[in-house]
Amino acid sequence: MSLDQPLQSAEGLELGTTPEDAAGLGSGRRPSFIRQAVITQPQAIVGLAVLGFFVLVALVGPALLSQDPKTKVGPVFGHPSAEWPLGLDGGGANMIPLLIAGARVSLEVGFLAALVAMFIGGSVGLASGFFGGRIDTVLMRFTDYILVIPDIPLMVMAAALFGRSLRNIIIIIGIIYWTSTARLIRAQVLSVRERVYVKRSRSLGAGNNRLIFKHILPQVAPLLIANMVLMVALAIFAETFIAFLGLGDPSAISWGKLIENAFTDHAVLNDAWWAILWPGVCVTLVILACTMVGQSMEDALNPRLRVGHLSVNRFRVRVLPRKPPKP
Amino acid sequence: MIKRVLFALVTVWVAITLNFLLFRTLPGNAVSALYVEDLAHGNLGNSLTTEGPVWDEIKPALKNTLPMIMLGTGFSIIFGILAGVIASWRRGTWVDRGNMWVSLAFYSMPPQWLGLMLFFFVATAVGLPQSGLSSPDLGVLSEPSFAAYWSDRLQHMILPALTLGLVLYGDYTLIVRSAMLETLGEDYVLTARAKGLSNWSIVWKHGLRNALLPIVTLVALSLGFIIGGTFTIEYVFSYPGVGYETVQAIDRRDYPVLQGIFLLLTMSVILFNLIADLLYFKLDPRVTS
Repeated sequence: MSLDQPLQSAEGLELGTTPEDAAGLGSGRRPSFIRQAVITQPQAIVGLAVLGFFVLVALVGPALLSQDPKTKVGPVFGHPSAEWPLGLDGGGANMIPLLIAGARVSLEVGFLAALVAMFIGGSVGLASGFFGGRIDTVLMRFTDYILVIPDIPLMVMAAALFGRSLRNIIIIIGIIYWTSTARLIRAQVLSVRERVYVKRSRSLGAGNNRLIFKHILPQVAPLLIANMVLMVALAIFAETFIAFLGLGDPSAISWGKLIENAFTDHAVLNDAWWAILWPGVCVTLVILACTMVGQSMEDALNPRLRVGHLSVNRFRVRVLPRKPPKP
Repeated sequence: MIKRVLFALVTVWVAITLNFLLFRTLPGNAVSALYVEDLAHGNLGNSLTTEGPVWDEIKPALKNTLPMIMLGTGFSIIFGILAGVIASWRRGTWVDRGNMWVSLAFYSMPPQWLGLMLFFFVATAVGLPQSGLSSPDLGVLSEPSFAAYWSDRLQHMILPALTLGLVLYGDYTLIVRSAMLETLGEDYVLTARAKGLSNWSIVWKHGLRNALLPIVTLVALSLGFIIGGTFTIEYVFSYPGVGYETVQAIDRRDYPVLQGIFLLLTMSVILFNLIADLLYFKLDPRVTS
């Protein structure tokens, strides 16, 4: 980490832990804390770069394609060559435009489904944690039941019954993955709710809406964003799953759909590994990037994970967190 | 303890209701209102394609799936714990970093894709059978010996189990590592060090044994993921287990079979969660509720 800003990062470290500090700083400081935490971790930079690349491809790429990506340009499962560096798929279409078109659909599903999950999970968690009492009991009971029911089989069943359109798949993934978010947010809200500055504004006459949206939501937002980044990965993963079982949208080209198409077109018999390898590499890279970014954000929010008493070097008993403690 | 069992029972009830409602929305009301009564008699309904009882469809598939899942999960638990403990012990070193990257990569791979990659690049190179449950020519001329039969079965099991194992390995390593990091930050580890205990004893006796608590819960929770993974993995390797059966049922729109499988999987996940909860009491005497 950079040594020229130790003071600010020390503040940042304390921000999530003591209510007084959190109260003293405006919500405007929060984003800079997240940014700092992410920027000081090399894995987060790599993740952001990869994610940025794919987002750019998804946004700009399809507009640059001169023709329908499914157009037949050569033999079925044509080998990778100078003309087609990544080979051709089972319909004789070039893999590169297919992958570009797939980026848009896969990322769209990932972000929108994560948004749905965030919205439901965030609302349930906020309501549950803030209001407490009977609302909390009912909502958390319900969440617990849904949490135990295995998500992938439930998702597959729901997709088998209602799927086969992109919109339905997004909604199904979002509706199934909100539970962990709700629990996480509730726990955080419970602690924020008891902080002095919240009590202070309540006694000054702030209403529930103001408390939730002005005072609590900004404190919970970093966690929500970190969780959302992880959720995008989960949703993209889920989409490849649904698509592979033949439950995807038949007209949309997603990475998962490309893997499924190649598999059902007997890529295996044709030994056409390239038709399956590249879509999978794209999925893996995006998921890896999301995980790295999301995790380093979570690490920044929970500095305890970096402390351990069993030292790697024999003469140091305790490894301190990399950020210097408060002076 | 009674509370936990009660919770599991209510969850089963929620799952049955969900199962009922989901399929009830189908056009033509594929599910009768007597569903719950039938279930109480252990009747899952009849398959739409074979017209036989659903249970007869699922049972052989389950017999094929279980050994495969156990092989894969066993592999990942053993190697996941080993790698996770070593990574947390040597945290911040290249061992930790390399291990992190490998597990994160496996964790990020869609299981069906990893399976297909093993299919393309490993199966032929090593000479493992790529699909099915056993070789079609085995036992054609004569009854195969016990050893020959099982070695053949095992060979067919290796690739699907390895796929499952590798995906889970990534997951478990990361879980074990972070659970261990939490534990190694506890004061009793500092005390153990101050007493001059060896690293070995600190890591395995003080660290891992306490880190086992969250690990047990998370492994039990990952059962849903294991089952989901088998859907696509068995499909890739044409391994006739529950996952393969599910894909077939989806293709044929055989809703009673789907419904039966979903119920079975849900119940087993709930059961394993209950077992994990009860195990918690045994593992941690501090928990008493």
